[in-house]
Formats: sequence, structure tokens, C-alpha cells
Amino acid sequence: MAIVVFIMFVILVLAVSVHTNRRSRSVDGYYVANSSVHWGVNGVAFAGGYLSVASFLGICGLIAFFGYDGFLYSIGFLAGWIVALFVIAEPMKRRGTFTFPDALNRTFKRPGIQLAAGLSVLVVSLFYLVPQMVGAGVLVEPLLGIPHYWGVIIVGSVVILIVAGGGMTSTTYVQFFNGGLLLLFAGILTVAVLLRGVNTAELSVEEGVAGLERYRYQEVAAEFGEENLRVDLPGAEVVGRHAVVDRHTGAESLVLYRVSRLIPASVDAGGGYTANIKGRTPNFSAADGTSSGLGVHWTVEQVDGQPYVRIEDWWRLNTNADGTHRLVETQFRAVLPDGTVLVNGAPEGASNRLRQMGGISEIPEAYGESTGPVDPLRLLSVFADRSTVVERPRSVAFNTEAGERVTVHYAEPVAGSVFMRPGLMFPLEPQAGEPSITTLLNRLNFISLMLALFLGTSALPHILIRYYTVPSADAARKSTIVAIAGIGLFYIFTMYLGVGAVTSGALNPETSNMSAPLLARSFGEVLFAMISGIAFTTVLATVSGLIMAASGAVAHDLLPNLLRRDVSDNTKVLAGRIVAVLVGIIGIVLGIAFRGMNVSFLVGWAFAVAASANLPALLLILFWKKATAQGIIASILVGIVAAVGLILLSPDMWARYGLDPTTAPMPINQPGIVSIPLSFLVLVVVSLLTAKKEPAPAAA
Amino acid sequence: MAQNVIMDEAFERRKSGIGIRMTILYSIIYGGFVVLSVFQPTWMGARALLGLNLAVAYGLGLIVIAIIFALVYNHLCRVPATGAATRSRSASGPQAGQEEG
Repeated sequence: MAIVVFIMFVILVLAVSVHTNRRSRSVDGYYVANSSVHWGVNGVAFAGGYLSVASFLGICGLIAFFGYDGFLYSIGFLAGWIVALFVIAEPMKRRGTFTFPDALNRTFKRPGIQLAAGLSVLVVSLFYLVPQMVGAGVLVEPLLGIPHYWGVIIVGSVVILIVAGGGMTSTTYVQFFNGGLLLLFAGILTVAVLLRGVNTAELSVEEGVAGLERYRYQEVAAEFGEENLRVDLPGAEVVGRHAVVDRHTGAESLVLYRVSRLIPASVDAGGGYTANIKGRTPNFSAADGTSSGLGVHWTVEQVDGQPYVRIEDWWRLNTNADGTHRLVETQFRAVLPDGTVLVNGAPEGASNRLRQMGGISEIPEAYGESTGPVDPLRLLSVFADRSTVVERPRSVAFNTEAGERVTVHYAEPVAGSVFMRPGLMFPLEPQAGEPSITTLLNRLNFISLMLALFLGTSALPHILIRYYTVPSADAARKSTIVAIAGIGLFYIFTMYLGVGAVTSGALNPETSNMSAPLLARSFGEVLFAMISGIAFTTVLATVSGLIMAASGAVAHDLLPNLLRRDVSDNTKVLAGRIVAVLVGIIGIVLGIAFRGMNVSFLVGWAFAVAASANLPALLLILFWKKATAQGIIASILVGIVAAVGLILLSPDMWARYGLDPTTAPMPINQPGIVSIPLSFLVLVVVSLLTAKKEPAPAAA
Repeated sequence: MAQNVIMDEAFERRKSGIGIRMTILYSIIYGGFVVLSVFQPTWMGARALLGLNLAVAYGLGLIVIAIIFALVYNHLCRVPATGAATRSRSASGPQAGQEEG
């Protein structure tokens, strides 16, 4: 059903594109939809373009995996609209014609401003495109059962057709359609979460109504002998160990043991064997693992005439208060040196995949096992209670001596009072043994992110271009207010979707980005199909806006100034369509390259680049009479270089290069706290230095 | 006509002033949230309002306040009858910016 909805949505948006093609042949039609969009439609389109996969998939996943810290993105994303409404909306409309560089350049009319601002639009659009494309692949992969890169290619191709075909008119209606659907179905899902309430009684099935029985992970006694750990499991022997060491205290914060053990098997119809491993029933060939090229990771043994499969899997060590030890079963995926993949010690396949995770193990006693249907405030109150325990999915990845890449997934019990306040993703409190400089850097990283979110919204190019699709400054203001109301309501829903996802125990341990669709699947296939389809149109809506902005920047701002001559309207439209295709292709390549990163996290970077490059110029040209053309140009260029440069030198990128993140030249991941003030400073200093050389502005 | 233009400019300045003041006020509320989260994260776990902890109450409050501020701003920015005609002429379509320039 999900595939049918997916195809329906694709046909619908392509039909819109074809229908609006005729209206996009003129420059006004292609770039600003003839400035004739009603403010109500524009407001919903604002919401549909702004509420990207970062908001829908990313935030829901972050709340489910990191609790309240995910909601911080919702707060920051919405708060930024205050700046957009009160400071930017109406002046932008009054000053500009087609693009944001137009508005910046109205006072000075210098090609340099238009070039710098056009370049900035292009860079920010590309930064914002990456997470959208990553999200597209994540979504389409399980939905259509195709590889991640095909998901990215399909989405990229559809968006290219939307933008190159119908320009701003089709982009507006795709965004309007998406905004309406997002609000409606996020609301429906929120109501479903409230009706389900919070319960510790395990849901009977996972992976939707047609899923498999839930599995209760084993916990067994373990005792340290003279040479090794003895484990209370049939035929068990410890064959490996991995510990995570706290880099500040040197203590082992997580200890994993690799246990070789016997599991009863039965002969299947093909002469091979099947065994129940964590509730799944993978197939084993008659011969042992060696003959199938898997090494000796599993073998078939006969004990008292009964067949057993011997596998090796990873268990987590728990030490009780009385000093006794227990091993708790985990899940894991191992990639062998020859590329073969094992899941939980057995060959990966349709019958053997990682299980979903999450769930609530304890709630306040007064509720027994379930709260039943609850009101919105009660749900959050129960979740934040100190006696509520959330089973938060965690994972750790490492290489074994044999060259396997192992990723172990386990549940970490967290008190509700901790889950529902800042700290799990952004460690703001000093940790034991942590140097004070580390605490300071953690705090600066957090402040930097919140600053970028607050200041970045009003400087995003795909938001700024929407001020030109309405007929007047009043309409620009009204449409911004509609956007704030819709977006604010949606972000309140994200809190319920996030806690609902972890409550449902339907989290994919390998990616937080799928949490919202999987929550929907826990309510049935219809809701899953609709939410997946809407998530797909969300990508289309945002990406089409971004490509539209990039297309305008190149064709309207960069091209005429680089060629140093006027370009005809027909050429501008043709150039816009060609650029849409090129930017779409670049987005596809980057979306494939950045697979695996959380989309909200990536969007945080895009906000930082936008706030650094565009906002100082926008604000000071509106409110500081001493701003000069040189100051504006320098601020934009320094903002881009500083923000992008600091991101490339950040710990997260260092890890992506395969280097030790602690040695990264930039000690924090979020650049805004340095690059935004720097951009302001450069504008002020350069303007003051060049003030006397500057001719009087053409108009106030 | 000239009087209308002067009134419009005064009205735009008034709107701009309201917008800046409301932005500063909201920034202070938002800044308070960030400061509390950074320096007193444990306080954010304390019960605050309607059974919600401070983190949730403050976070949801920021969203609701943004919506209220937006509506108040719109109410304060309603076009005065005397200036309506001038403004609708000066900002109608993609050429609006050029005409003003």
C-alpha cells in the first residue's frame, strides 16, 4: 500500500508541474509565480517548504533516541520565524523583485553585492539540499525495497522535473499540498499516540500489524572464574571482549562479551537447519559456516542426537549493587572482511534482520501497567516522571582483531525525568573526571546551535524567495503569520510523535530518521503508507524550493554579472531550468555521499551557514545607515568561508575523514558562535574603513 | 497625496519599531531558555506548570508565545484607512521594489 501511495503522490506532483508549465514561461512566472499567490496559500506553502525532512523525520527520531534534546531543534526552528516576521518579511518584499540579492543590492546597485549574495544563496542551498537528499534515500529504501542511492536518484529526478517544468508556480502548489497534508496527518498521529497512552505491557507484535511476535531479551547469571567468565547458557564459552573506556576517567563504561553458545535447531524442508535466534528464524545450510564462505562464525553440532547451531553473539555486562554479575543479550550486525554480513550471529536475510527497539519498562505506580488514553499534558507529565523508565536505543561500533566491523545495539534504561530535560545529546552538565574545558566546549556547542537556529531561519534562501510570490508587503506579513501558526502547531506535534515513537518500541536501531514512519506502522499499514508518502512529498517540497532559489541565484544574480551584460528574459528562464537540472544532480551526489548522518544535525549546519553569510548583511543594510557596499560584500564572503571552513575542520567531519575527532582544529561542531559575530564584525569594520570612499546611497 | 505618503512612512517606521521591540523581547525569553539549559540543566527537570517539567513548559511556551506575538503584531500593523490606498499602489507586484527605488 505504501508503494501505491508513493506512486500516487509522484503522479500528482508531476501533474501539477505539467499543469503550471504554461504559467512559468515568463521571467515573472518562472521565478515568482507572477507575484500573484494568495497570502493564505503562500503561508501554508511557507510551512510546506520549511517543514523539511529535518523537521518531520529528523526531530521525531532525535526525540525518540535522545529525548528532550531533539525538541530543542523544534524550539529553535520556530523561534527563528520571529526574526523573519518582525524584521525581515515586509522590508524584503518592499526592496526586492525576484531574489534576496536584489533586495540587498537595491541601495548600492553594485555587481559585487549581487555576485556575493548569489554565491551565498548557492552555497546555503547546497548545504540544505544534502540532508533532504539523505532523508529521501532513508525513506525510499525500506518503502520500495531499493538501495539508498536509488531513493536519492528518484527523488532528485522528480524534483528536477517539478522545478525545471513548472518553476515557482508548481513549487508553490507542491509546498502548499505538502504543508496541508503534514499538519493534518501529524495531528492524526498525535491523537493516535494520545489514545494509546503509555504502557509497560509489551505490544503483541512489532513491525506493524503483520509483524512478528515481540521478543524478551535474555538476562543470565555470569561469574568470573580464574581464567574466564562463566556464563549460565547451554554450551557457552566466552571467546571475545570489547570495552568502551571513558576518556576522562579511564574507567570502562561499557563491557561487552562475545559468547559462543548452542541453540536448538530443527531440520528444514531443504535439508538445512533453522533455529530461533532472538525471535527470528534464520536458515543455516547443512554444512557448517566454513563451507558457505562465512568463516567459522556458526557450526551445526549434534548433541544427544539432537541438532544444535553454535553461534557467537555479543552480551552486555551488568554489575549489580551486591557485586554479582549478569549478562544482558544485545543485537548486533557484523561485516566480515569479505563483505559478508551477519546479524546476531546468523547470515543476514529476509528472515534475519535487526529487531526494532525502544519501549517503556516502568511508569508511575498509580497507573499500573498502562495509562490508557491520556490528555496532551498528562502524557508529557507521565513521561517526565522520575519513576518512568525509557528503554533508549544505544549503539557502539568497533573492529575486532579478526577485522570484522561490529555494531552492537542495546537498550539503555533512562529515567523519564532525565529523558525529558536537556542533556542526553548535548552533555551540558560536567561529567565525572571531565576537564572544565570540555564542559565549556560542550556548552559553547549548544549555544552555537541555538544561535544558528534562531538567526538562520530568516536568512534561508528558499524562505526569502517566497516573499516575492505575494503581491504586497502586507500579504508577505500575513503569510508569515500563517506560517508561524502552522509551523508552531506542527512542532508541538513533533514532541508527541517523538515520545510516541519510543513508547511504541518501533524504533529502527540503525537509523533514527525512520522513527515517524515506524510509529505510524505500529498503528497499521494505512497510516504507515500515508505518513511515508507525506514524508516523500516533504522532501519534494523542500528540495524544489531550494533548487528554485539556487536556480534564481545563478540565472538572475550570477549570470548577468559574470557576463557583464543584460540577459534576455527568455535566456534567464532557460538558464534557470538548466541550473535546476545541474543543482539537482549535485544534490543527488551529495545525498549519496552523506548517507547515515541524522538529517536534523546536518540542517543545523545549513542554518549556521545561512545565518553567517546572509543575516548580518540583511539586518545591517536595513537598520544601519553606515553600511557600505564593500562591507556587505566582505561580510557575506567572510560569513560563507568562516562557517563552511569551521564545519570542514569540526570533530564530526574529522571523524568522517577517518581521523581522531579529538584532534580536530575546531573543537566544536557548530560554527555559528564564531562565524555569525565574525560576519557582523567584518561588516562594521569594513564599512567604517570604506565609508568616506563610498558614494551616497541611491535611495534609503 | 503627499500627506498620505508621509503618513505611510510614519506608519512603516512605527511598524518597524514595534517589530524590533517584539524581537528583542522574544530574544530575551529565548535567551533565558538557553541560559537555563546550559547552566542549570537540572532545574529544567523540576515540575513547573500543569504537571509539566520546566523544560517542556518553557519549550512549549516559547512556541505558543511566538504564535501569540505574531497575532498581536498583525493586529498592531493593520493598515490605517488613510494610508491604505497609497500602500496598495506602492507595493503591487514584482515591480514594487523598483518603483520605490
